[in-house]
Amino acid sequence: MSELAANGHHEEVDHEVGCLGIPHRKIMMWAFLGSDCMFFGALILTYLVYHHRHTEGPFPYETFNVVVTSLSTFDLLASSLFMVLTLAAIQRNDIKWFRIWCGLTVLLGLIFLGFQAYEFTEFVHEKGLTLSKNLFGSTFYLLTGTHGTHVAIGVLWLASLLIYSFNGKFDAKRALDVEIAGLYWHFVDIVWIVIFTVVYLLEILQNAGVPKA
Amino acid sequence: MTVNAHPQSAILGIPRPTAERGLVSWLTTVDHKRIGILYGITALFWFFWGGLEAVLIRTQLAFPNGQVVSADTYNELFTMHGTTMIFLVVMPLSAAFFNYLIPLMIGARDVAFPRLNAFSYWMYFFGGIFLNTSWFVGQAPNGGWFGYASLTEHPWSDMYKAGTLLTHHGIDFWTIGLQILGISSVVASLNFIVTIINMRAPGMTMMRLPVFVWMTLVTAFLVILAFPFITIALLELTFDRQFDTMFFNATKGGFPIYWQHLFWVFGHPEVYILILPAMGIVSEILPVFSRKPLFGYPVVVFSGAAIGFMGFTVWSHHMFTTGMGAIANAAFSLTTMAIAVPTGVKIFNWVGTLWGGQIRFKVPLLYAVGFISMFMIGGFSGLMHSSPPGDAQQQDTYFIVAHFHYVLIGGSLFALFGGIYYWFPKFTGRLTCEKMGRFGFWLLFVGFNVTFFPMHWLGLNGMPRRIYTYPADMGWNFWNLICTIGVYTMLLAFLVILHDLLNGYKRGAIASNDPWDGRTLEWTISSPPPVYNFATVPVVHSRDELWYRKYPEAFHDEAGHEAPAHGDDHGHHDAHGIHMPGQSWFPLLASFGFFIGAFGLLYKVLLVGVGGAAFGFLNVYLWALEGVGGYEINPEVES
Repeated sequence: MSELAANGHHEEVDHEVGCLGIPHRKIMMWAFLGSDCMFFGALILTYLVYHHRHTEGPFPYETFNVVVTSLSTFDLLASSLFMVLTLAAIQRNDIKWFRIWCGLTVLLGLIFLGFQAYEFTEFVHEKGLTLSKNLFGSTFYLLTGTHGTHVAIGVLWLASLLIYSFNGKFDAKRALDVEIAGLYWHFVDIVWIVIFTVVYLLEILQNAGVPKA
Repeated sequence: MTVNAHPQSAILGIPRPTAERGLVSWLTTVDHKRIGILYGITALFWFFWGGLEAVLIRTQLAFPNGQVVSADTYNELFTMHGTTMIFLVVMPLSAAFFNYLIPLMIGARDVAFPRLNAFSYWMYFFGGIFLNTSWFVGQAPNGGWFGYASLTEHPWSDMYKAGTLLTHHGIDFWTIGLQILGISSVVASLNFIVTIINMRAPGMTMMRLPVFVWMTLVTAFLVILAFPFITIALLELTFDRQFDTMFFNATKGGFPIYWQHLFWVFGHPEVYILILPAMGIVSEILPVFSRKPLFGYPVVVFSGAAIGFMGFTVWSHHMFTTGMGAIANAAFSLTTMAIAVPTGVKIFNWVGTLWGGQIRFKVPLLYAVGFISMFMIGGFSGLMHSSPPGDAQQQDTYFIVAHFHYVLIGGSLFALFGGIYYWFPKFTGRLTCEKMGRFGFWLLFVGFNVTFFPMHWLGLNGMPRRIYTYPADMGWNFWNLICTIGVYTMLLAFLVILHDLLNGYKRGAIASNDPWDGRTLEWTISSPPPVYNFATVPVVHSRDELWYRKYPEAFHDEAGHEAPAHGDDHGHHDAHGIHMPGQSWFPLLASFGFFIGAFGLLYKVLLVGVGGAAFGFLNVYLWALEGVGGYEINPEVES
């Protein structure tokens, strides 16, 4: 508590560290993620409340292609590893490897979004599952669509940092910017693990004996 | 005083605004005190607007078979009255106090994110306009403030005109408008959580925080944890209405009851979001006017936190009559009775604070004591419907209307007006007229009880809520007329109070820094405070820091030793000066973009929706790129 945030700061970089010894923006991001947990909690709750409550198909077990979604899940989890390497690079002021790892994180994020676009297209055109087809369609698309929106925001955020890093002033002093974007990125990945487990994997377990239509 | 300006950078040719007075200075302000004033004035405007809606409602009900408004208009009036008073009046009026006072009370320069704070205000500003635009297109929300499905779904929310079913956009204004206001509240709460946790002056430990700051912190956590539920509920309802999904549409398999659960998982914590700041204000007023420390400070703080936690466990008591079953009813009945315990503890603490004090019955204390007594009446009737069989009798009757108005007017609003009177000298540098203030209080007190007490009897006599008229032979005529007389008395009282405040602002006696013999840090600086708040960062030694400085002899420790001398009382004075963040156009412009985008979503015009949102996000980008900016200020330090 020796230095007070209100004393001001004289560098261009805005790293205000408060009485907890943690930068303001980091606490802000943690609090926001707490709020976002409830947000996704309510969406997953909605999916579970309406799970198998509809009588008209298509049904989840005849719609999902778990192999494809497993691949996209692996892709997103791998992006978390690259995110860690991105942050480590900028923290040791290694701008070249920051750009490489950050670019790869963005790329894997884009690949995940591509998987989702492919999945949605296939579900709509091949399986006939639209947003207004049945409760499964409504709850599934809103849940995964909201998650996809989060991924897209993360991709934009990291891509912005990547572009910003070419302005010549980007160095280890900006590591906090990367760390906060990283917190968000890891959170979005963790949410996907929950969604993948609850929506896809449990469906497979539950219908292990049901032949695919 | 010396000022060192930072070089101001322009982004896309938009120069950084630096106006110190005039319209531009208010549109681009990032000063928490100015934003607090903006919140307060906007909330009071909507307060009179929502009050006029209430006056129309009561005028319609003054006599049986009323003809003042049609049934459709009546539905719109009670929906918008509730929505306005909760989201546009009580929450933002609390936010006005958070903004103005929290940095002053914890000894900080500003909130953690000044521009984000401006963004919260402008989202609230445009959210209020968006909701009320509905009146001007003739399609105001009409589904009640809690918007139960299926009333909010097509086609039931639509209107028959000359035999054809026409789309009625009232509910869309409500769903999208509340989303805008929700963003405002969540963003502001994140800001205050960081500010309170991370920006306390040296020595201001958590257990030295003024109770108002504690209650703000609990409220902010309630907002960020409860609002996501209504965000999702409103999102799903918007999808039902705009994109033909079936979340709450019973004819397609959705459960209307699921809306009620989602709504009240938000809605009950919301009740505490409305009352906890009021409890905080009362906890500040009582010690000052009793000249005693708050009785049982840690217990008051822990009770507030306990109310916050327990607030998430009681939502289904709004749904006892929906057929949840005996076990669910019993469980929620027990949790509801349990939450009365920490609330009751606080009442005893407040009475304990008054007990044996040197009481000065100034206007703020009148409101605070009015709060305690009226809130207790509301609390007792609340306990009555924590019992499911009792609730089955009272559900959807005027008894409920009486209950929540005792809690929200007799509770929240009395405390908020007490807060306005208490901090008025700090806000304006002037005092209000004591006589006029008393007159306004008593007129409000009488008008309030005349309006709402008879509603208990009307409710127990079976008068339902939300009926636009009633036949003459129900035995309800007399008390309805009394209620209406009461509401006109309240209207008069609020005009008296408004006159008193305006008069005080223009002609009131000049107030000193510390007109009430206050105890907390905001009274150590001038009235109104300088733009930089504290010339030197204060060092805090006591829960009642200003009393510690004024009356050190009263702060002997248990062994009778004198309190430690004021070693480093002059605090930290930064030779570089105090950094003041630069003003910014982008919070306003970003909110404006989202506001325009909301109309695109409502009327399903893709170009307007995407264009507005894109303009909003563009401004968020520019905001990130423009940096903090600003200047350094070197005030003269008194020694």
